[in-house]
Amino acid sequence: MTSLGKFFRTTAFKLAVIYLGVLTIASGVLLVYIAQETASAMRDQIVETVDAEISGLAEQYRAGGIRRLVGVVDALSRRPGASLYLVTDFAGNALAGNIQGISADAMAGANGQLQRIDYSRIDDNARLEALVRVFEIKGGFRVLVGRDLAEQQFFRVVLAESLRYWLVILVILGFVTWIFVSRRVLKRIDAMSATGRRIINGDLSERLPVDGSGDEFDRLATGLNAMLEKIEALLYGLKDVSDNIAHDLKTPLTRMRNRLEGALREGADHDKAVYRSTLESAIEDCDHLIRTFDALLRIARVEAGSSDAEMTTIDLKELTGEIAELYEPLAEHEGSTLSLGEVQPLTAKGNRELLAQALVNLVENALKYGKDPATGSAKVAIAVRREGDTAVLSVSDTGAGIAETDRERAARRFVRLEASRSEPGSGLGLSLVQAVARLHGGSLELGDAAPGLRAELRLPVEEAGAN
Amino acid sequence: MRILIVEDDREAAAYLAKALKEAGHVVDQAADGEEGYALAASSDYDVLVIDRMLPRRDGLSVVSALRKDGNHTPVLILSALGQVDDRVTGLRAGGDDYLPKPYAFSELLARVEALGRRPRQAGLETSYKVGDLTLDRLSHTVERAGKEIPLQPREFKLLEYLMQNAGQVVTRTMLLENVWEYHFDPQTNVIDVHISRLRSKIDKDFDRPLLHTIRGAGYSIRDLAR
Repeated sequence: MTSLGKFFRTTAFKLAVIYLGVLTIASGVLLVYIAQETASAMRDQIVETVDAEISGLAEQYRAGGIRRLVGVVDALSRRPGASLYLVTDFAGNALAGNIQGISADAMAGANGQLQRIDYSRIDDNARLEALVRVFEIKGGFRVLVGRDLAEQQFFRVVLAESLRYWLVILVILGFVTWIFVSRRVLKRIDAMSATGRRIINGDLSERLPVDGSGDEFDRLATGLNAMLEKIEALLYGLKDVSDNIAHDLKTPLTRMRNRLEGALREGADHDKAVYRSTLESAIEDCDHLIRTFDALLRIARVEAGSSDAEMTTIDLKELTGEIAELYEPLAEHEGSTLSLGEVQPLTAKGNRELLAQALVNLVENALKYGKDPATGSAKVAIAVRREGDTAVLSVSDTGAGIAETDRERAARRFVRLEASRSEPGSGLGLSLVQAVARLHGGSLELGDAAPGLRAELRLPVEEAGAN
Repeated sequence: MRILIVEDDREAAAYLAKALKEAGHVVDQAADGEEGYALAASSDYDVLVIDRMLPRRDGLSVVSALRKDGNHTPVLILSALGQVDDRVTGLRAGGDDYLPKPYAFSELLARVEALGRRPRQAGLETSYKVGDLTLDRLSHTVERAGKEIPLQPREFKLLEYLMQNAGQVVTRTMLLENVWEYHFDPQTNVIDVHISRLRSKIDKDFDRPLLHTIRGAGYSIRDLAR
């Protein structure tokens, strides 16, 4: 019962009903139109035939009087497929003709008007219908000429029949359409809901079926699949993060706790200096934790699409200039170099703090991990160029670079590639850059500077003068 | 200095008060927004330290109410919120400085002292002098012992900020905020390198150093011979 109810509520059913209705009305109108046109054409033809016969008979009458008329009518009446004739005398007795049983009324109105009458054939008693004209001529004779209407009626019957058959065919067609549409559409929708349920139940690897036909269901499924892809990536990211938070936050916490506990346990034996150094390293651990925590929060805020981040027009030339100036002494201090390459004067809509932070992270990474293994120093170059509608802030170094297979992973939270494990860091730097890039409608791309890594922060250009 | 701490976490407030007293300041405490507003409005403080989230009355509303009353006591806003533009909203409400929690006490102390000693009409002096080092803001020149020292524009700004706060401790973050106008925590010793460059210009060739490193806190420019 419920499944039947469900069936009637389906879109397919509604569509089929509408389709049937429209088609029925359209064919009905068409058939009625055809019927009317044909009937009037047939009637016109009958009238024409009758009139032609009358004028022929009139000629005969004028030539040979009543006697000749009767003779001609008698001869005509015997022909197969003849028209209808009747000649009566003043008393109403039939003199010639092929019909009988005409009402007196019909014969009385002998003024040549077209009239519809009932009649019988001479050899048959079945009542038939005819269209006739009756004239009175000299001597009280009356002449009736007409045509049988059976043909017209037959046509009407045929039309009515075909309308009926057509309706039956329509209903069957509608039914078939309904079944086809509902089977196909319902099947796909049911498949989608089933997949949806499996996903809700936790199987995130499920995807909606795409049959390659490119229809709207395919497009819908493709769109939803892309969404699922993203959700899956985010959830795995989240799982990664919680695993990594567990590791990256718990490790220093454990270390700190052990250290403090150790100092407390051996308390009496220690002098103040040892206590002090224990506390100092505990504070250092705390600071490291706070930094990691802050970075995480910041990434989360930025990724959530912080609506509170104030966006202004940022002069990228000025920004890169400032950051280069800020970090150049540090690079030199470490025996590395930091230089500005070609910097095109571009502007972008952005949050100054976040963009500066992102650029600083890239520069710090380049200085830290971009060291040439042979010389132990890094050559870092910052450049700004334009690619179509994109402003590309690139920071390249001359270090070992990142293997192509690792590049995508590098920007994930807490991911620290093997080469960087020995250096201090949280593994959050590139994640923040990526989050900032996305907030600005851009992206972070890691490429090969041959040798070294080229990190590109891509942002939509804001055209000069536009606000 | 007379300092008012408006903070609802009693332990944090007590620790802060104790540490500030040890640094030689007079400290009052309030545990909620209403009490804080009443105290700040009724007596004269040099600096107010106000937590952003307070019971009964929000920290920002206390600050804007005070400003509306015509009270211009410098305010340091403390906040545990992590919003990107948290600082901006804090300063817009009338705060003079902003410090995210958790903070190092040395950072807070440096900022409170900088706020408290800041001339109410800041930036009106045309030159600064520490020992035999002078900085002229109008001609953009720096001299030590009568000898002109050429500085890069950023080095000049750095020295200007240090001398403006002469005798006080200035932290690395304060330098980054005020000289470069960036508000993030640099993970490396960027600022230290700038300081050592500046130091090599103003201290290296002279008899006694004026620019000192304060361990665990930051830097300070002062003439210890006096």
